[in-house]
Amino acid sequence: MDDKRKSNRREFLHGCFAGALVLGETWKNGLLRPDHAPMNAGAAAKSRVVIARDPMLRESGASLDSGRLLKILDRAVQSLYDRDSPAEAWRSVVRPGEVVGLKVNCLAGRGISTNVALVEAICERLQQAGVPQKNIVIWDRLNSDLESAGFRIATRPAAIRCFGNDAAGYEDELAVYGQVGSLVSRTLTRTCDAVINLPVLKDHGIAGVTIALKNLFGAIHNPNKYHLNVGDPYIADVNMLPAIRQKVRLTICDATTAQYEGGPSYMPQWAWPFNGLLVARDPVALDYTGWQIIETKRAEKGLKSLQAAQRTPNYIATAADTRHRLGTNNPEQIERVEV
Amino acid sequence: MKWVRAALVLAVLGSALACGSKLAVKPETLFPAGNEVAGWNRTREIRTFEAGNLWQYIDGDAEKYIKAGVQRTLTADYRYQNRIDAVVDIHAMATAEGAKKIFESESSVGSQAIQLGEAGRLYGASLVFWRGSYLVRLVAYSDAPGTANALVELARHIDERIRQQGIR
Repeated sequence: MDDKRKSNRREFLHGCFAGALVLGETWKNGLLRPDHAPMNAGAAAKSRVVIARDPMLRESGASLDSGRLLKILDRAVQSLYDRDSPAEAWRSVVRPGEVVGLKVNCLAGRGISTNVALVEAICERLQQAGVPQKNIVIWDRLNSDLESAGFRIATRPAAIRCFGNDAAGYEDELAVYGQVGSLVSRTLTRTCDAVINLPVLKDHGIAGVTIALKNLFGAIHNPNKYHLNVGDPYIADVNMLPAIRQKVRLTICDATTAQYEGGPSYMPQWAWPFNGLLVARDPVALDYTGWQIIETKRAEKGLKSLQAAQRTPNYIATAADTRHRLGTNNPEQIERVEV
Repeated sequence: MKWVRAALVLAVLGSALACGSKLAVKPETLFPAGNEVAGWNRTREIRTFEAGNLWQYIDGDAEKYIKAGVQRTLTADYRYQNRIDAVVDIHAMATAEGAKKIFESESSVGSQAIQLGEAGRLYGASLVFWRGSYLVRLVAYSDAPGTANALVELARHIDERIRQQGIR
């Protein structure tokens, strides 16, 4: 690890994970920009889904090798954006001056949540691409979820911030689309200009799978209302809410550990080390690809398919339909790239 | 007729109190405190979720517990010999059938039966059993050598506490 990287990591740790917990700061307003590219922009041609894996990703035991993790992150993002260097690739994601939200998934605690090491790596690359620490916000549903997954709550304005929607609050006005009506997180509506979605790859006892689209349930106040009918069309509808549709730019799915049964809670007996990342701009294509990975693993383990288990994630097709157009679930329109 | 009405009100109140007495066994007392089980320490306070807000703890999983009649879920974090972290969930169901239903709905592939409660399964880094109206799950964030034995030991203490307090 070179000195510059060590230094960045120290700064990050100092700014986010070793900082004092100070809640209740004022929230930034007026940052919305109407010209943000939606998350599925550029999907006119094939939607590229990059899968980057490293069988040696784990050090002794279960902990991740942060250097190797950074390398697969670089390979994936550079491949997605066709860029020669990580900094160039990341500059394609975020424009100067924008506040970037990292929407992690911490519901299930440390076992099957977005890895702190991955978030550290992304923060490092964002800073190298010119995003200052003060413009990076790590967020999820609850402070306690974040803490359970190993994050430290941090609200110091000059450093990387990290907090839950319970601390930042929700909008007072309902956002409505299709079958959903929800209050949207103020972190999303007021603080962030752009969002990088950082879900995990896992089975879901009701919705079939929970990957990119489902992770945005963490941006609304009432996700528990939308688990009917295998989450269809609710999950697709939530992703149509303007703040979500306009701000989510990129999905980096943490599949270092994935889970093929028993989700969304962590069940180690059904988790496996996939040792990789799935990266895409099109969340529907990414979800379709992730779903197939989970089905393959279920078959390998002798479990019923999700269809046979009556948990087909039909919301993925709904997200691709002519009403939603959030991306494509057509395998012929998905370019799956393994690096 | 006033006394009839009053009697009815008293009967309803009595019935409600009787139902409430089902929770007279406080589930939080089922969690061993620090050092009560060799090597294990509780590292976080017990958190309690009623059925109505269980989604805040296990959104997406809450529904299956609610359908099975969960009344309350309690959870606490533990650490074994400063090297293995684990979480213990105790689901207090309305009936034993509810606890059994959840237990039997889960795949037993890759598990071994263990002598805990009415029935129990050990998967290596996790363990689940039910006794009476309680469903108990222990999950470790490690599969280091000794994890399974350590989980079983902690589970045995919880099972014994349920047994001593009487099966609801």
